[in-house]
Amino acid sequence: MLHHRYTMTTTEHRDEHHRQLDRVVIRFAGDSGDGMQLTGDRFTASSALFGNDLSTFPDFPAEIRAPAGTLAGVSAFQVQISDHDILTPGDAPNVLVAMNPAALKANVGVLEKGATIVVNVDAFDERSLTKAGYAANPLTDGSLSAFALYEVPMTSMTQEVCKEAGVKPRDAERSKNFFALGLLSWLYNRPVDATVEWIQKRFADREMVREANTRAFRAGYHFGETAELFESTYEVQPAHFEPGEYTQVTGNQALAWGLIAASRLSGLPLFLGSYPITPASDILHELSRRKEFGVRTFQAEDEIAGIGSAIGAAFGGSLGVTTTSGPGVDLKSEALGLAVNLELPLVLVDIQRGGPSTGLPTKAEQADLLHAMYGRHGEAPLPIVAAKSPSHCFEAAIEAVRLAVKYRTPVILLSDGYLANGAEPWRLPDVDAFERIDPAFASGPNHVLDDGTEVFWPYVRDDATLARPWAPPGVPGLEHRIGGLEKADGSGNVSYDPANHEKMVRLRAAKVAGIVRDIPPVDVDDETGDAELLVLGWGSTYGAILAGVRRVRARGKRVAHAHLVHMHPFPANLGEVLARYRTVLVPEMNLGQLSRLVRAEYLVDARSMSKVQGVPFRAGEIEAAICSLLEDAR
Amino acid sequence: MTTTDTGAGGLAPTTRKDWASDQEVRWCPGCGDYSILAAIQMLLPDLGARRENTVFLSGIGCAARFPYYMNTYGLHSIHGRAPAIATGLATTRPDLDVWVITGDGDALSIGGNHLIHALRRNVRMTILMFNNQIYGLTKGQYSPTSELAKVTKSTPFGSLDTPFNPISLALGAEATFVARTHDMDRQHMQETFRRAHDHDGAAFVEVYQNCNVFNDGAFEKITARDARAGMLIPLVHGEPLRFGAEREKGVVQRADGRLEIVDVADVGEDALLVHDERREDPGLAFALSRLSRGPLEPTPIGVFRCVERPEYGDAMARQVADAQERRGVGDLKALVRSGATWTVE
Repeated sequence: MLHHRYTMTTTEHRDEHHRQLDRVVIRFAGDSGDGMQLTGDRFTASSALFGNDLSTFPDFPAEIRAPAGTLAGVSAFQVQISDHDILTPGDAPNVLVAMNPAALKANVGVLEKGATIVVNVDAFDERSLTKAGYAANPLTDGSLSAFALYEVPMTSMTQEVCKEAGVKPRDAERSKNFFALGLLSWLYNRPVDATVEWIQKRFADREMVREANTRAFRAGYHFGETAELFESTYEVQPAHFEPGEYTQVTGNQALAWGLIAASRLSGLPLFLGSYPITPASDILHELSRRKEFGVRTFQAEDEIAGIGSAIGAAFGGSLGVTTTSGPGVDLKSEALGLAVNLELPLVLVDIQRGGPSTGLPTKAEQADLLHAMYGRHGEAPLPIVAAKSPSHCFEAAIEAVRLAVKYRTPVILLSDGYLANGAEPWRLPDVDAFERIDPAFASGPNHVLDDGTEVFWPYVRDDATLARPWAPPGVPGLEHRIGGLEKADGSGNVSYDPANHEKMVRLRAAKVAGIVRDIPPVDVDDETGDAELLVLGWGSTYGAILAGVRRVRARGKRVAHAHLVHMHPFPANLGEVLARYRTVLVPEMNLGQLSRLVRAEYLVDARSMSKVQGVPFRAGEIEAAICSLLEDAR
Repeated sequence: MTTTDTGAGGLAPTTRKDWASDQEVRWCPGCGDYSILAAIQMLLPDLGARRENTVFLSGIGCAARFPYYMNTYGLHSIHGRAPAIATGLATTRPDLDVWVITGDGDALSIGGNHLIHALRRNVRMTILMFNNQIYGLTKGQYSPTSELAKVTKSTPFGSLDTPFNPISLALGAEATFVARTHDMDRQHMQETFRRAHDHDGAAFVEVYQNCNVFNDGAFEKITARDARAGMLIPLVHGEPLRFGAEREKGVVQRADGRLEIVDVADVGEDALLVHDERREDPGLAFALSRLSRGPLEPTPIGVFRCVERPEYGDAMARQVADAQERRGVGDLKALVRSGATWTVE
């Protein structure tokens, strides 16, 4: 009875203090081994199911387990959930969940003023404080007075509830992230059942772990309810989405599915040759699981064999794909040049990360654009497609395959670490509505010799596309030899003739340049049509740029935005679009690679805006840059 | 360029000239590659092979020009990478006969990694490594099989590197078929190539090949017509290891495992080692590969090892078939719904 009354009281209490928010940015941070990615991911999933719009930013170190408790070992997951259309994981978090002093120290600087901080107070012992570099305890020295600080003994409470289930304290400690998830689920009124179900499934064959995680999750939720520590809970209402069926995807997942879809659309069996590398490996993992789609995945001995095997598969009539990042892109350069010369369909997926060399393996950068354009010896042009959001990776993959197959050319598909691991809701496309991709294999002779003999020549080109025939082995009469040596136009025989070489160089370039006729013009988002400043972007900066542009417009100013997907060749109207604006601003996570390309191509005075910190632009940064340029123009 | 197949039904028996492309062969006159090319072009009709189902793949080097001279499908790729490219082709097209033509520099130097991995995976391909112990195409630098202290343009004071023993390397790489032959004996080449071709998996054949321009006579001491009997030790499965003009020499295994060449008269035939290419344990094959330190001493020739192990592409295909049987052929609509979904009205 008493218990019942108590519950009633809490409910009333909650009703009084139940606040509506239009959006919230939460950052979960802990040690690499604390399971913060899983916690953030699960919180995101329940928010997606609840109907919020969302955008995520997993931010983790390259080391699997850096020394526990150190700044180097902090792993974080940021998610923005909202009741309206959002584009980024948010500039400054409103809430930080810090599982230890290092997580607090590493993240407190990025928080919004007055933000809520929930700490696992059990982890704030002297040893951990020292490891994190705190001379004094920040929980007691007043340094956090600008924040709403909540101290929750997550470790000990998790151990307490797990004890009854016979879980040893040391093992129970590992479930404290589920306590944090439970607490936040209560605080933000997230649905509970889906997470409990998920725990049952995910840990189905590990009974103790399943039990510990379930208990910890429920304990966290109940702690929120009963502790009266928090003044209120918050609710972020579902966002208004276009009608349709939705799921939540990361960029790498969408990209892998896009490749499978393209395999279906073309009827070409998918072959992935790949060497594990962060942050591209998840595509290999995802495709390896999908063998029922006829997918063959090959974990090669090195990056070179990854692309080499994909070229071999393409020669045999499969859809050859290789995935990589960072230094892996360099290693594939020679084979990519071979594919340019062989004129075989191939897709190289580059999940860009911080460079040079090993650089920042888990952080995003857009600094491979010029490499994709020019990173091969000789004149070796190829088409480049860039994905702009996690879900867009799906269509971008299909587009890369379409161009590769139609034009018999390797295509580089650029994504980056931010898109790869970031998640967003995705309105499921009608997979039947995508245009078929016709491999149009050669089927017979295509040339008549002077003596009247009908023959097959591997380098006779299609008049419209300049593509050569694709003739996988197995067809009598189409036997032919191709290779890396220069070939005679038409016959494909080895040729050292000077004039022929120049002709072939020009033909290969003309073929790729001609793709311009086959790609859509770039859309310009210029609400009033009289903006004087255009923000030109590409790749993962899409969300931040659009959010920044909206903020500028909300201030009553006019600004236009165009975002490129086709990086080579550029859309036909790009020159004309750039010429329409007095100022062109190009924000990029590099030192100005696209701006350099458009300056060279169109003689336009494009202003570069650079950020190379391994973290995405914040909408506020874009907003400030636009405003400052608009001021200058006055 | 290729003339179309005029054979009705395409299944008429082929002849040597069906397999020769219209391209002029451009190896140096007197090169050992000519006799290897001839051996292959004459063997293929015999194997009942079809041109449309045959692919020759190569990397870079003199040997790598081979595909241009074969009227089959062919791919002349980049230095050292042919086994990797062949892996992609062979695993996706089990219906094809995939031949990899490589040299000692291509296979063992720049492409060493791809070679060993193709061998251990046991991908269905026939790898013929023309070993001339020199770089020919780049005009005479020492190779990874050149003898120690070799004086070449890039090693005027003698090379410092211990050479690879290709047979030992292949055995160490878990190869299931390892053999050696030489360019002076067409019959032996053809018999060895036939065995390699028939092997279901990766087959590695080292072909001693004379480079008459940059390393002339490297194998003469053992392959010259009048030297062979006394210098080549034929490996015949199930037979005692004997050689010599009168078969007067033999190989025995000592108590400590060492192999030694002896006079048969001293030990009696029963004491000789009997060759067993099918032994699962590659130890004895390895010991045989170490019997001679180079082509200046009596050297085993023939098939060192031929064992059965599941082929890689088949295993890959089986996983696909199993998945399709278990889960049904993939459904794209279900794939994009494999996570949690929700509907907005």
